[in-house]
Amino acid sequence: MNRLVNLLVISAIVAAVVASFGYLQLDLHALVGDGGLGQMGEYAGRFLHPDLSTEHLRAVGHGALETLAMSGLGTLLAMVLGMLLALPAAGRFGWPLQSVARLLLNALRAIPELVWAALTVLAAGLGPNAGTLALALHTAGVLGRLFAEALENAPVEPAAAIRLQGGGQVAAFCFGTLPNLWPQLLAYSLYRWENNIRMASVLGFVGAGGLGQMLYTTLSLFQEAQASTVIMAMLVLVLLVDAFSDVLRQRYVRA
Amino acid sequence: MLKADARDPALLPRLLFTLLALAVLWPGLQLSELNPGVLLQAENREQIANFTRAFWPPAHDAEFLQLLYTATLQTLAVATAGMALALLLAIPTSLLASRALSLRAASRSGRAGGWSRLVRMPVRGLLIFLRSVPEIVWALLFVRAVGLGPTAGVLAIAITYSGMLGKVYAEIFESVDQRPAHALMQGGSGRLAAFGYGILPSAVAELVSYTVYRWECAVRASVVMGFVGAGGLGQQIDLSMRMFAGGEVASMLLAFFGLVLLADLLSRFLRGRLA
Repeated sequence: MNRLVNLLVISAIVAAVVASFGYLQLDLHALVGDGGLGQMGEYAGRFLHPDLSTEHLRAVGHGALETLAMSGLGTLLAMVLGMLLALPAAGRFGWPLQSVARLLLNALRAIPELVWAALTVLAAGLGPNAGTLALALHTAGVLGRLFAEALENAPVEPAAAIRLQGGGQVAAFCFGTLPNLWPQLLAYSLYRWENNIRMASVLGFVGAGGLGQMLYTTLSLFQEAQASTVIMAMLVLVLLVDAFSDVLRQRYVRA
Repeated sequence: MLKADARDPALLPRLLFTLLALAVLWPGLQLSELNPGVLLQAENREQIANFTRAFWPPAHDAEFLQLLYTATLQTLAVATAGMALALLLAIPTSLLASRALSLRAASRSGRAGGWSRLVRMPVRGLLIFLRSVPEIVWALLFVRAVGLGPTAGVLAIAITYSGMLGKVYAEIFESVDQRPAHALMQGGSGRLAAFGYGILPSAVAELVSYTVYRWECAVRASVVMGFVGAGGLGQQIDLSMRMFAGGEVASMLLAFFGLVLLADLLSRFLRGRLA
Protein backbone atom coordinates (compact mmCIF):
# COMPACT_ATOMS: atom_id res chain seq x y z
CA MET A 1 0.00 0.00 0.00
CA ASN A 2 2.77 2.38 1.04
CA ARG A 3 4.69 1.43 -2.07
CA LEU A 4 1.68 2.13 -4.23
CA VAL A 5 1.25 5.63 -2.77
CA ASN A 6 4.95 6.37 -3.27
CA LEU A 7 4.68 5.18 -6.86
CA LEU A 8 1.67 7.45 -7.34
CA VAL A 9 3.55 10.42 -5.86
CA ILE A 10 6.53 9.83 -8.12
CA SER A 11 4.39 9.47 -11.24
CA ALA A 12 2.55 12.65 -10.22
CA ILE A 13 5.90 14.48 -10.04
CA VAL A 14 6.93 13.19 -13.45
CA ALA A 15 3.54 14.20 -14.86
CA ALA A 16 3.95 17.68 -13.32
CA VAL A 17 7.35 18.12 -14.94
CA VAL A 18 6.05 17.00 -18.33
CA ALA A 19 2.97 19.21 -17.96
CA SER A 20 5.16 22.23 -17.08
CA PHE A 21 7.25 21.86 -20.20
CA GLY A 22 4.09 21.37 -22.23
CA TYR A 23 2.36 24.37 -20.67
CA LEU A 24 5.26 26.73 -21.21
CA GLN A 25 5.76 25.39 -24.76
CA LEU A 26 9.48 25.85 -24.29
CA ASP A 27 10.97 25.74 -27.70
CA LEU A 28 14.34 24.45 -26.59
CA HIS A 29 14.94 23.14 -30.06
CA ALA A 30 14.73 26.60 -31.59
CA LEU A 31 16.80 27.92 -28.71
CA VAL A 32 19.65 25.51 -29.28
CA GLY A 33 19.51 24.72 -32.98
CA ASP A 34 18.90 27.04 -35.90
CA GLY A 35 21.76 29.35 -34.99
CA GLY A 36 20.10 30.20 -31.65
CA LEU A 37 23.05 28.88 -29.70
CA GLY A 38 25.44 30.85 -31.87
CA GLN A 39 23.46 34.03 -31.25
CA MET A 40 23.55 33.44 -27.52
CA GLY A 41 27.26 32.72 -27.70
CA GLU A 42 27.81 35.96 -29.54
CA TYR A 43 25.79 37.83 -26.92
CA ALA A 44 27.81 36.17 -24.16
CA GLY A 45 31.03 36.99 -26.00
CA ARG A 46 30.31 40.71 -25.71
CA PHE A 47 30.63 40.32 -21.92
CA LEU A 48 34.18 39.05 -22.22
CA HIS A 49 35.66 42.51 -22.64
CA PRO A 50 34.79 44.40 -19.47
CA ASP A 51 35.10 48.17 -19.61
CA LEU A 52 38.02 48.98 -17.29
CA SER A 53 38.39 52.71 -18.05
CA THR A 54 39.05 54.85 -14.97
CA GLU A 55 35.86 56.81 -15.43
CA HIS A 56 33.64 53.76 -15.50
CA LEU A 57 35.55 52.10 -12.68
CA ARG A 58 34.98 55.18 -10.55
CA ALA A 59 31.25 55.07 -11.28
CA VAL A 60 31.15 51.36 -10.45
CA GLY A 61 33.11 51.99 -7.24
CA HIS A 62 30.59 54.60 -6.18
CA GLY A 63 27.75 52.22 -7.00
CA ALA A 64 29.42 49.47 -4.98
CA LEU A 65 29.85 51.76 -1.97
CA GLU A 66 26.21 52.79 -2.29
CA THR A 67 25.17 49.13 -2.36
CA LEU A 68 27.36 48.38 0.65
CA ALA A 69 25.89 51.29 2.59
CA MET A 70 22.34 50.23 1.63
CA SER A 71 22.85 46.68 2.83
CA GLY A 72 24.69 47.66 6.02
CA LEU A 73 22.32 50.38 7.11
CA GLY A 74 19.28 48.37 6.05
CA THR A 75 20.43 45.48 8.23
CA LEU A 76 21.23 47.81 11.14
CA LEU A 77 17.83 49.51 10.95
CA ALA A 78 16.24 46.07 10.74
CA MET A 79 18.14 44.98 13.88
CA VAL A 80 16.76 47.94 15.82
CA LEU A 81 13.23 47.59 14.44
CA GLY A 82 13.34 43.81 14.81
CA MET A 83 14.43 44.07 18.46
CA LEU A 84 11.67 46.60 19.19
CA LEU A 85 9.12 44.20 17.71
CA ALA A 86 10.72 41.06 19.14
CA LEU A 87 10.24 42.19 22.75
CA PRO A 88 6.43 42.26 22.50
CA ALA A 89 6.46 39.25 20.12
CA ALA A 90 8.24 37.16 22.75
CA GLY A 91 5.38 37.91 25.13
CA ARG A 92 7.16 40.42 27.37
CA PHE A 93 4.22 42.83 27.44
CA GLY A 94 1.24 40.47 27.62
CA TRP A 95 -0.63 38.48 25.00
CA PRO A 96 -2.60 41.19 23.17
CA LEU A 97 0.60 42.97 22.20
CA GLN A 98 2.19 39.61 21.44
CA SER A 99 -0.35 38.67 18.80
CA VAL A 100 -0.28 42.16 17.27
CA ALA A 101 3.53 42.10 17.05
CA ARG A 102 3.55 38.60 15.55
CA LEU A 103 1.00 39.59 12.93
CA LEU A 104 3.08 42.64 12.04
CA LEU A 105 6.27 40.58 11.77
CA ASN A 106 4.56 38.03 9.54
CA ALA A 107 3.26 40.76 7.25
CA LEU A 108 6.69 42.42 7.01
CA ARG A 109 8.34 39.11 6.24
CA ALA A 110 5.80 37.79 3.77
CA ILE A 111 6.28 40.60 1.23
CA PRO A 112 9.51 40.05 -0.74
CA GLU A 113 12.19 42.76 -0.77
CA LEU A 114 11.62 43.57 -4.42
CA VAL A 115 7.92 44.29 -3.83
CA TRP A 116 8.81 46.44 -0.80
CA ALA A 117 11.31 48.27 -2.98
CA ALA A 118 8.68 48.92 -5.66
CA LEU A 119 6.44 50.36 -2.91
CA THR A 120 9.14 52.49 -1.26
CA VAL A 121 10.29 53.83 -4.62
CA LEU A 122 6.72 54.97 -5.08
CA ALA A 123 6.74 56.67 -1.69
CA ALA A 124 10.30 57.95 -1.31
CA GLY A 125 11.35 58.45 -4.90
CA LEU A 126 14.15 56.82 -6.86
CA GLY A 127 17.50 56.28 -5.16
CA PRO A 128 19.28 54.34 -2.46
CA ASN A 129 17.03 55.66 0.31
CA ALA A 130 14.13 53.60 -1.05
CA GLY A 131 16.34 50.51 -1.25
CA THR A 132 17.58 50.91 2.32
CA LEU A 133 14.04 51.26 3.63
CA ALA A 134 12.83 48.25 1.62
CA LEU A 135 15.66 46.07 2.95
CA ALA A 136 15.05 47.33 6.49
CA LEU A 137 11.32 46.56 6.34
CA HIS A 138 11.64 43.00 5.03
CA THR A 139 14.66 42.14 7.18
CA ALA A 140 12.96 43.54 10.29
CA GLY A 141 10.26 40.92 9.79
CA VAL A 142 12.80 38.09 9.47
CA LEU A 143 15.11 39.24 12.28
CA GLY A 144 12.18 40.11 14.57
CA ARG A 145 10.93 36.56 14.41
CA LEU A 146 14.39 35.06 14.95
CA PHE A 147 15.10 37.50 17.83
CA ALA A 148 11.76 36.67 19.44
CA GLU A 149 12.57 32.97 19.34
CA ALA A 150 16.03 33.61 20.78
CA LEU A 151 14.47 35.73 23.54
CA GLU A 152 12.03 32.98 24.42
CA ASN A 153 14.82 30.42 24.64
CA ALA A 154 17.22 32.61 26.64
CA PRO A 155 17.83 31.50 30.23
CA VAL A 156 15.79 33.55 32.73
CA GLU A 157 17.95 33.02 35.82
CA PRO A 158 20.49 35.87 35.41
CA ALA A 159 17.74 38.45 34.87
CA ALA A 160 15.76 37.03 37.77
CA ALA A 161 18.83 37.27 40.00
CA ILE A 162 19.27 40.96 39.15
CA ARG A 163 15.57 41.61 39.77
CA LEU A 164 15.81 39.87 43.17
CA GLN A 165 18.79 42.05 44.09
CA GLY A 166 16.66 45.10 43.42
CA GLY A 167 17.76 45.97 39.89
CA GLY A 168 15.24 47.59 37.57
CA GLN A 169 13.57 45.93 34.57
CA VAL A 170 15.87 47.69 32.12
CA ALA A 171 19.02 46.80 34.05
CA ALA A 172 17.89 43.19 34.32
CA PHE A 173 17.38 43.02 30.58
CA CYS A 174 20.62 44.79 29.67
CA PHE A 175 22.88 42.95 32.11
CA GLY A 176 21.01 39.69 32.66
CA THR A 177 19.42 38.71 29.36
CA LEU A 178 21.32 40.59 26.67
CA PRO A 179 24.85 39.20 27.34
CA ASN A 180 23.57 35.65 26.79
CA LEU A 181 21.55 36.67 23.79
CA TRP A 182 24.11 38.88 22.10
CA PRO A 183 26.16 36.25 20.18
CA GLN A 184 23.00 34.72 18.74
CA LEU A 185 21.57 38.08 17.70
CA LEU A 186 24.85 38.94 16.04
CA ALA A 187 24.97 35.60 14.22
CA TYR A 188 21.46 36.08 12.83
CA SER A 189 22.20 39.67 11.82
CA LEU A 190 25.41 38.74 10.04
CA TYR A 191 23.58 35.98 8.18
CA ARG A 192 20.94 38.47 7.06
CA TRP A 193 23.60 40.97 6.09
CA GLU A 194 25.13 38.39 3.76
CA ASN A 195 21.68 37.92 2.24
CA ASN A 196 21.06 41.64 2.03
CA ILE A 197 24.24 42.47 0.14
CA ARG A 198 22.99 40.10 -2.55
CA MET A 199 19.53 41.64 -2.45
CA ALA A 200 20.87 45.23 -2.37
CA SER A 201 22.71 44.65 -5.61
CA VAL A 202 19.51 43.65 -7.39
CA LEU A 203 17.02 46.05 -5.77
CA GLY A 204 18.22 48.66 -8.23
CA PHE A 205 16.25 46.86 -10.95
CA VAL A 206 13.13 48.64 -9.70
CA GLY A 207 14.98 51.94 -9.29
CA ALA A 208 16.32 51.65 -5.75
CA GLY A 209 19.90 52.74 -6.47
CA GLY A 210 23.23 50.98 -6.19
CA LEU A 211 24.85 48.51 -8.58
CA GLY A 212 21.53 47.01 -9.65
CA GLN A 213 20.37 50.26 -11.18
CA MET A 214 23.65 50.56 -13.10
CA LEU A 215 23.33 47.00 -14.38
CA TYR A 216 19.75 47.61 -15.45
CA THR A 217 20.56 50.81 -17.35
CA THR A 218 23.71 49.47 -19.00
CA LEU A 219 21.92 46.31 -20.14
CA SER A 220 18.97 48.34 -21.42
CA LEU A 221 21.38 50.45 -23.46
CA PHE A 222 23.08 47.28 -24.75
CA GLN A 223 26.41 48.34 -23.20
CA GLU A 224 27.53 44.78 -22.42
CA ALA A 225 31.13 45.78 -21.71
CA GLN A 226 30.04 48.16 -18.95
CA ALA A 227 27.48 45.66 -17.64
CA SER A 228 30.10 42.96 -17.29
CA THR A 229 32.22 45.27 -15.08
CA VAL A 230 29.16 45.83 -12.88
CA ILE A 231 28.55 42.08 -12.57
CA MET A 232 32.18 41.54 -11.58
CA ALA A 233 31.89 44.31 -8.98
CA MET A 234 28.82 42.57 -7.56
CA LEU A 235 30.69 39.28 -7.22
CA VAL A 236 33.67 40.95 -5.56
CA LEU A 237 31.40 42.82 -3.15
CA VAL A 238 29.56 39.64 -2.17
CA LEU A 239 32.83 37.77 -1.61
CA LEU A 240 34.25 40.62 0.49
CA VAL A 241 31.16 40.88 2.67
CA ASP A 242 31.10 37.10 3.15
CA ALA A 243 34.75 37.14 4.23
CA PHE A 244 34.27 40.12 6.56
CA SER A 245 31.20 38.67 8.20
CA ASP A 246 33.09 35.40 8.63
CA VAL A 247 35.83 37.28 10.49
CA LEU A 248 33.26 38.97 12.73
CA ARG A 249 31.58 35.63 13.36
CA GLN A 250 34.85 33.94 14.33
CA ARG A 251 35.70 36.84 16.62
CA TYR A 252 32.41 37.53 18.38
CA VAL A 253 29.98 34.66 17.93
CA ARG A 254 32.05 31.62 18.89
CA ALA A 255 33.21 33.24 22.11
CA MET B 1 25.74 46.33 54.54
CA LEU B 2 26.56 46.09 50.88
CA LYS B 3 26.14 49.25 48.91
CA ALA B 4 24.54 49.02 45.47
CA ASP B 5 27.18 49.70 42.84
CA ALA B 6 25.67 51.62 39.96
CA ARG B 7 28.90 51.61 37.98
CA ASP B 8 29.01 49.64 34.71
CA PRO B 9 32.37 47.88 34.66
CA ALA B 10 32.42 47.61 30.86
CA LEU B 11 31.36 51.19 30.21
CA LEU B 12 34.53 52.49 28.56
CA PRO B 13 35.01 49.71 25.96
CA ARG B 14 31.34 49.89 25.08
CA LEU B 15 31.43 53.64 24.59
CA LEU B 16 34.55 53.39 22.45
CA PHE B 17 33.03 50.62 20.38
CA THR B 18 29.88 52.67 19.83
CA LEU B 19 31.89 55.72 18.79
CA LEU B 20 33.93 53.62 16.36
CA ALA B 21 30.79 52.10 14.86
CA LEU B 22 29.26 55.55 14.42
CA ALA B 23 32.41 56.84 12.73
CA VAL B 24 32.31 53.93 10.27
CA LEU B 25 28.61 54.32 9.62
CA TRP B 26 28.58 58.07 9.04
CA PRO B 27 29.81 57.92 5.41
CA GLY B 28 27.32 55.10 4.85
CA LEU B 29 24.52 57.36 6.00
CA GLN B 30 25.61 59.96 3.47
CA LEU B 31 25.94 57.40 0.68
CA SER B 32 22.61 55.74 1.19
CA GLU B 33 20.85 59.11 1.58
CA LEU B 34 18.91 57.46 4.36
CA ASN B 35 15.90 59.45 5.46
CA PRO B 36 12.98 57.43 6.81
CA GLY B 37 11.20 60.76 7.35
CA VAL B 38 10.18 60.91 3.69
CA LEU B 39 7.69 58.13 4.37
CA LEU B 40 5.94 60.44 6.83
CA GLN B 41 5.84 63.61 4.74
CA ALA B 42 2.25 64.61 4.06
CA GLU B 43 2.62 64.49 0.28
CA ASN B 44 4.23 61.05 0.16
CA ARG B 45 1.92 59.72 2.84
CA GLU B 46 -1.00 60.76 0.72
CA GLN B 47 0.43 59.03 -2.33
CA ILE B 48 0.97 55.78 -0.44
CA ALA B 49 -2.45 56.11 1.17
CA ASN B 50 -4.07 56.60 -2.24
CA PHE B 51 -2.27 53.58 -3.59
CA THR B 52 -3.06 51.32 -0.65
CA ARG B 53 -6.64 52.53 -0.46
CA ALA B 54 -7.17 50.97 -3.87
CA PHE B 55 -6.03 47.61 -2.39
CA TRP B 56 -9.52 47.05 -1.02
CA PRO B 57 -11.45 45.40 -2.52
CA PRO B 58 -8.95 43.19 -4.35
CA ALA B 59 -9.75 42.96 -8.05
CA HIS B 60 -11.98 39.95 -8.66
CA ASP B 61 -13.76 40.28 -11.99
CA ALA B 62 -13.85 37.13 -14.09
CA GLU B 63 -11.44 38.36 -16.72
CA PHE B 64 -8.78 39.35 -14.18
CA LEU B 65 -9.18 36.10 -12.28
CA GLN B 66 -8.53 34.22 -15.52
CA LEU B 67 -5.34 36.25 -15.99
CA LEU B 68 -4.32 35.60 -12.39
CA TYR B 69 -4.91 31.89 -12.85
CA THR B 70 -2.70 31.67 -15.95
CA ALA B 71 0.01 33.78 -14.30
CA THR B 72 0.03 31.53 -11.21
CA LEU B 73 0.15 28.39 -13.33
CA GLN B 74 2.99 29.90 -15.34
CA THR B 75 4.94 30.65 -12.16
CA LEU B 76 4.53 27.07 -10.95
CA ALA B 77 5.48 25.70 -14.35
CA VAL B 78 8.59 27.91 -14.52
CA ALA B 79 9.74 26.66 -11.11
CA THR B 80 9.11 23.01 -11.96
CA ALA B 81 10.64 23.09 -15.44
CA GLY B 82 13.62 25.08 -14.15
CA MET B 83 14.22 22.53 -11.41
CA ALA B 84 14.01 19.65 -13.91
CA LEU B 85 16.61 21.26 -16.16
CA ALA B 86 18.77 22.09 -13.14
CA LEU B 87 18.70 18.44 -12.08
CA LEU B 88 19.83 17.39 -15.56
CA LEU B 89 23.00 19.42 -15.07
CA ALA B 90 23.38 19.00 -11.30
CA ILE B 91 23.42 15.19 -11.12
CA PRO B 92 26.35 14.58 -13.48
CA THR B 93 28.36 17.53 -12.14
CA SER B 94 27.82 16.46 -8.53
CA LEU B 95 29.06 12.97 -9.41
CA LEU B 96 32.13 14.51 -11.04
CA ALA B 97 32.79 16.97 -8.21
CA SER B 98 32.27 14.64 -5.27
CA ARG B 99 35.33 13.06 -3.67
CA ALA B 100 33.16 10.18 -2.52
CA LEU B 101 33.75 8.36 -5.81
CA SER B 102 37.51 8.77 -5.85
CA LEU B 103 39.23 5.42 -6.46
CA ARG B 104 42.36 6.78 -4.89
CA ALA B 105 40.55 7.75 -1.71
CA ALA B 106 39.01 4.28 -1.61
CA SER B 107 42.40 2.63 -1.46
CA ARG B 108 43.83 5.13 1.03
CA SER B 109 41.17 4.84 3.75
CA GLY B 110 39.24 7.91 2.65
CA ARG B 111 42.02 10.45 2.21
CA ALA B 112 41.92 11.89 -1.27
CA GLY B 113 45.32 12.71 -2.74
CA GLY B 114 46.33 16.10 -4.09
CA TRP B 115 45.94 14.86 -7.65
CA SER B 116 42.32 13.80 -7.20
CA ARG B 117 41.54 17.19 -5.67
CA LEU B 118 43.15 18.97 -8.62
CA VAL B 119 41.17 17.02 -11.22
CA ARG B 120 37.91 17.92 -9.51
CA MET B 121 38.77 21.63 -9.31
CA PRO B 122 37.39 22.69 -12.72
CA VAL B 123 33.98 21.15 -12.01
CA ARG B 124 33.88 22.80 -8.57
CA GLY B 125 34.86 26.09 -10.16
CA LEU B 126 32.06 25.76 -12.70
CA LEU B 127 29.54 25.12 -9.91
CA ILE B 128 30.78 28.17 -7.99
CA PHE B 129 30.45 30.33 -11.10
CA LEU B 130 26.94 29.05 -11.81
CA ARG B 131 25.61 29.81 -8.34
CA SER B 132 27.45 33.02 -7.49
CA VAL B 133 25.58 35.24 -9.95
CA PRO B 134 22.08 35.75 -8.48
CA GLU B 135 19.24 34.18 -10.45
CA ILE B 136 17.61 37.54 -11.08
CA VAL B 137 20.75 38.78 -12.85
CA TRP B 138 20.71 35.65 -15.01
CA ALA B 139 17.04 36.34 -15.72
CA LEU B 140 17.84 39.91 -16.72
CA LEU B 141 20.53 38.64 -19.09
CA PHE B 142 18.33 35.93 -20.60
CA VAL B 143 15.45 38.35 -21.12
CA ARG B 144 17.83 40.25 -23.39
CA ALA B 145 19.06 37.07 -25.07
CA VAL B 146 15.82 35.09 -25.63
CA GLY B 147 13.14 37.75 -25.20
CA LEU B 148 10.48 38.49 -22.60
CA GLY B 149 8.60 35.55 -21.19
CA PRO B 150 8.93 32.42 -19.09
CA THR B 151 11.81 30.90 -21.10
CA ALA B 152 14.22 33.39 -19.52
CA GLY B 153 12.95 32.44 -16.06
CA VAL B 154 13.33 28.71 -16.70
CA LEU B 155 16.89 29.13 -17.93
CA ALA B 156 17.84 31.42 -15.03
CA ILE B 157 16.52 28.95 -12.45
CA ALA B 158 18.15 26.05 -14.29
CA ILE B 159 21.56 27.74 -14.19
CA THR B 160 21.64 29.07 -10.62
CA TYR B 161 19.98 26.05 -9.09
CA SER B 162 22.17 23.55 -10.91
CA GLY B 163 25.13 25.28 -9.23
CA MET B 164 23.55 25.09 -5.79
CA LEU B 165 22.18 21.56 -6.18
CA GLY B 166 25.44 20.25 -7.65
CA LYS B 167 27.47 21.59 -4.75
CA VAL B 168 25.10 20.39 -2.04
CA TYR B 169 24.62 16.96 -3.65
CA ALA B 170 28.39 16.49 -3.85
CA GLU B 171 28.67 17.38 -0.16
CA ILE B 172 25.85 15.03 0.79
CA PHE B 173 27.59 12.18 -1.05
CA GLU B 174 30.72 12.92 0.96
CA SER B 175 28.90 13.21 4.28
CA VAL B 176 27.34 9.73 4.34
CA ASP B 177 29.18 6.61 5.46
CA GLN B 178 31.90 6.02 2.83
CA ARG B 179 32.75 2.45 3.77
CA PRO B 180 30.15 0.60 1.62
CA ALA B 181 31.21 2.47 -1.53
CA HIS B 182 34.91 2.03 -0.75
CA ALA B 183 34.41 -1.69 -0.17
CA LEU B 184 32.57 -2.01 -3.48
CA MET B 185 35.19 -0.06 -5.42
CA GLN B 186 38.02 -2.03 -3.89
CA GLY B 187 36.12 -5.22 -4.70
CA GLY B 188 36.36 -4.16 -8.33
CA SER B 189 32.94 -2.67 -9.06
CA GLY B 190 32.57 0.34 -11.31
CA ARG B 191 32.10 3.81 -9.87
CA LEU B 192 28.46 4.11 -10.91
CA ALA B 193 27.62 0.76 -9.35
CA ALA B 194 29.48 1.78 -6.19
CA PHE B 195 27.48 5.00 -6.16
CA GLY B 196 24.16 3.25 -6.77
CA TYR B 197 24.59 0.55 -4.13
CA GLY B 198 27.08 2.11 -1.71
CA ILE B 199 26.13 5.76 -1.42
CA LEU B 200 22.66 6.38 -2.80
CA PRO B 201 20.75 4.22 -0.27
CA SER B 202 22.05 6.21 2.70
CA ALA B 203 21.92 9.61 0.97
CA VAL B 204 18.54 9.45 -0.73
CA ALA B 205 16.46 10.86 2.15
CA GLU B 206 18.60 13.96 2.46
CA LEU B 207 18.76 14.41 -1.31
CA VAL B 208 14.99 14.32 -1.67
CA SER B 209 14.37 16.68 1.21
CA TYR B 210 16.90 19.22 -0.09
CA THR B 211 15.55 19.03 -3.63
CA VAL B 212 12.00 19.63 -2.48
CA TYR B 213 13.14 22.55 -0.33
CA ARG B 214 14.91 24.04 -3.37
CA TRP B 215 11.76 23.64 -5.44
CA GLU B 216 9.95 25.70 -2.82
CA CYS B 217 12.65 28.37 -3.15
CA ALA B 218 12.33 28.20 -6.94
CA VAL B 219 8.63 29.02 -6.71
CA ARG B 220 9.44 32.16 -4.72
CA ALA B 221 12.32 33.06 -7.03
CA SER B 222 10.21 32.68 -10.14
CA VAL B 223 7.72 35.22 -8.74
CA VAL B 224 10.52 37.70 -8.06
CA MET B 225 12.12 37.12 -11.47
CA GLY B 226 8.92 38.22 -13.14
CA PHE B 227 9.86 41.76 -12.14
CA VAL B 228 12.55 41.83 -14.80
CA GLY B 229 10.21 40.39 -17.39
CA ALA B 230 10.56 36.64 -16.96
CA GLY B 231 6.82 35.95 -16.99
CA GLY B 232 4.44 34.67 -14.34
CA LEU B 233 2.98 36.46 -11.34
CA GLY B 234 5.90 38.82 -10.85
CA GLN B 235 5.53 40.35 -14.28
CA GLN B 236 1.83 40.94 -13.70
CA ILE B 237 2.53 42.52 -10.28
CA ASP B 238 5.07 44.82 -11.90
CA LEU B 239 2.65 45.80 -14.67
CA SER B 240 -0.22 46.49 -12.27
CA MET B 241 2.07 48.50 -10.01
CA ARG B 242 3.13 50.69 -12.90
CA MET B 243 -0.51 51.28 -13.75
CA PHE B 244 -1.25 52.10 -10.07
CA ALA B 245 -3.95 49.43 -10.09
CA GLY B 246 -3.98 48.79 -6.32
CA GLY B 247 -6.79 46.24 -6.41
CA GLU B 248 -4.96 44.06 -8.89
CA VAL B 249 -1.73 44.28 -6.89
CA ALA B 250 -3.63 43.24 -3.77
CA SER B 251 -5.19 40.16 -5.36
CA MET B 252 -1.88 39.16 -6.87
CA LEU B 253 -0.05 39.51 -3.56
CA LEU B 254 -2.78 37.34 -2.02
CA ALA B 255 -2.27 34.78 -4.79
CA PHE B 256 1.48 34.92 -4.11
CA PHE B 257 0.97 34.22 -0.39
CA GLY B 258 -1.38 31.38 -1.27
CA LEU B 259 1.17 29.94 -3.65
CA VAL B 260 4.01 30.13 -1.12
CA LEU B 261 1.81 28.54 1.53
CA LEU B 262 0.78 25.80 -0.88
CA ALA B 263 4.38 25.11 -1.89
CA ASP B 264 5.30 24.95 1.80
CA LEU B 265 2.54 22.41 2.53
CA LEU B 266 3.31 20.34 -0.56
CA SER B 267 7.01 20.24 0.22
CA ARG B 268 6.27 19.17 3.80
CA PHE B 269 4.03 16.39 2.48
CA LEU B 270 6.62 15.22 -0.05
CA ARG B 271 9.40 15.26 2.51
CA GLY B 272 7.31 13.21 4.91
CA ARG B 273 6.41 10.81 2.12
CA LEU B 274 9.70 10.29 0.30
CA ALA B 275 12.40 11.12 2.84
